[in-house]
Amino acid sequence: MDEGRARRRGVSPRLWLAGGWLLLALLAAIFAPLVAPQDPLAQDLMLERLPPFWLDGAEPGYWLGTDSLGRDLLSRLIFGGRIAFIVAFAAAIAACLVGSTLGLISGYFGGWADRIISRIVDVWMAFPPVLFAILLVAVLGTGLSSVILAIAIIDWTRFCRVIRAETMGQSRMDYVENARIAGYGRIGIMLREVLTNVVPSIVALLSLEMGIAVIVEAILSFVNLSISTDDPTWGGIIAEGRLSIHQAWWVLVFPLITLILTVLSFSQFGEALKTRFDPVLR
Amino acid sequence: MSACLDIRDLSAVLPNGQRVLRSVSLAVQPGEVRALVGESGAGKTMIGKAVLGVLPSSVRIVEGDMRLEGEDLGKLQPKARRTLIGARTALIPQDPLTALNPSRRIGSQMTDRLVRILGWSGERADTRIRQLLGEVQIRDPDRVLKSYPHELSGGMRQRVLIAAAFAAEPRLIVADEPTTALDVTVQKQILRLIAQLQREHGTAILFVTHDLGVVAKISQKVSVLYAGKVVEEAETAALFAAPQHPYTRALMAATPRYTDPFASLKPVDDAVLAGLAAEITAADQAWRRPHG
Repeated sequence: MDEGRARRRGVSPRLWLAGGWLLLALLAAIFAPLVAPQDPLAQDLMLERLPPFWLDGAEPGYWLGTDSLGRDLLSRLIFGGRIAFIVAFAAAIAACLVGSTLGLISGYFGGWADRIISRIVDVWMAFPPVLFAILLVAVLGTGLSSVILAIAIIDWTRFCRVIRAETMGQSRMDYVENARIAGYGRIGIMLREVLTNVVPSIVALLSLEMGIAVIVEAILSFVNLSISTDDPTWGGIIAEGRLSIHQAWWVLVFPLITLILTVLSFSQFGEALKTRFDPVLR
Repeated sequence: MSACLDIRDLSAVLPNGQRVLRSVSLAVQPGEVRALVGESGAGKTMIGKAVLGVLPSSVRIVEGDMRLEGEDLGKLQPKARRTLIGARTALIPQDPLTALNPSRRIGSQMTDRLVRILGWSGERADTRIRQLLGEVQIRDPDRVLKSYPHELSGGMRQRVLIAAAFAAEPRLIVADEPTTALDVTVQKQILRLIAQLQREHGTAILFVTHDLGVVAKISQKVSVLYAGKVVEEAETAALFAAPQHPYTRALMAATPRYTDPFASLKPVDDAVLAGLAAEITAADQAWRRPHG
């Protein structure tokens, strides 16, 4: 029993790997000017399309090679991480706050509130998300805050749906009825008895949403609708890499790997956190 | 002295017009244990929920009134009703697994109600809870108060819930099949605990069960329910000595006996059911729906 509990309380390898990658990427992004080996914007046509370090012709200091303008790929990835993380955190938190609040209200109070909110969500989800995002950014104008806003506006429905369903399940539990008998107010019950049990799902979704925000930001950068083209972004690098795939595959492959690892880590990290937050599963 | 709980002619309907409670009348005197027996779907739990004000929103009370210590619950404003019910009643639920919030510690769940709803000081609530945990024979209250519900066994959780129900000294406790979800061995202990605390605190209990054995052990009076209608009401001893209604007799005959486990179970006789159906139809015809 004690042994089993100790094992379960321990950090799972999933949490280690996912959390480790995210921490590494986050730290690199925060301290980008210190960590990046080169200036991400410095062009040098003498150094164009250098291969990564293990191939012939690689230059020291350019670990992952350079793109067609001779800019260091690793440095660009590190600086691109800044935008990816800012968008991930800001957009996911905004979507979470709006979506979870509405989902909680909709699931707990039911009736008219539920009907109105659910219909809005239905209509919202009928839009193809990427097209919606491109449209929104076109309307709001490019720039970091527009991208964040666009992602939040599109993805709050994801939180709303899931949290509504979870809340409805929780609201039927006997302890909610007990609280009503004891004389607690509706809002108090919603926050104390229902929300506390929905938090693990919110945490998991939040982490998942951060991964999704990274993808959406990359897509917007890919179609050149994110922020100014001067700042390196993962999507922007991928778009450039696509053009030189036959001459310099690394310009496409490394940002893709970075993107995939980050998105996967966010979703795995969320799942692992959910398990730890849940007193029953723990 | 007025009854602790007095229900008169209570009728409730589903949205499709079907009656789930058919002019139910019953009174529970202060300090009395009233058993409510019947098969599943007979409406026993529904009566308990009606008293506690937590009927499902689809069920509508169309007639009758309920008085809690003389106060007409139907005439009170919702807020006043909630306060009254919260202060004077409590529930011992059927399933101890789902009746405690899994993400909060036992201690805070138990004291919270005394502090927030009844305005006790934290210290007083804590002392009171520990005293009650002692009464339900929990020997290590410190560990239990710090535990999350899933860390306790079903029997322990039911003890905690019993302690919580008695903590605020309610006048009436609704016990909704409190032993059904437990092991047979634990059932007996829990039943004995409820009976003991009931005697010591002088609390009236509306004891919902389908188990006639439990009825005989704990209650002074019994109401037998079928299809939302009280078909027989009597002192427990009198009921077991001489059941009047054919359905009550059939129920008694249907109770399995541990002394003869190989005897085949007797279902309720078809003739009895036909008689009941006729009785229900007659009652429904005699009853004019107050709102058409």
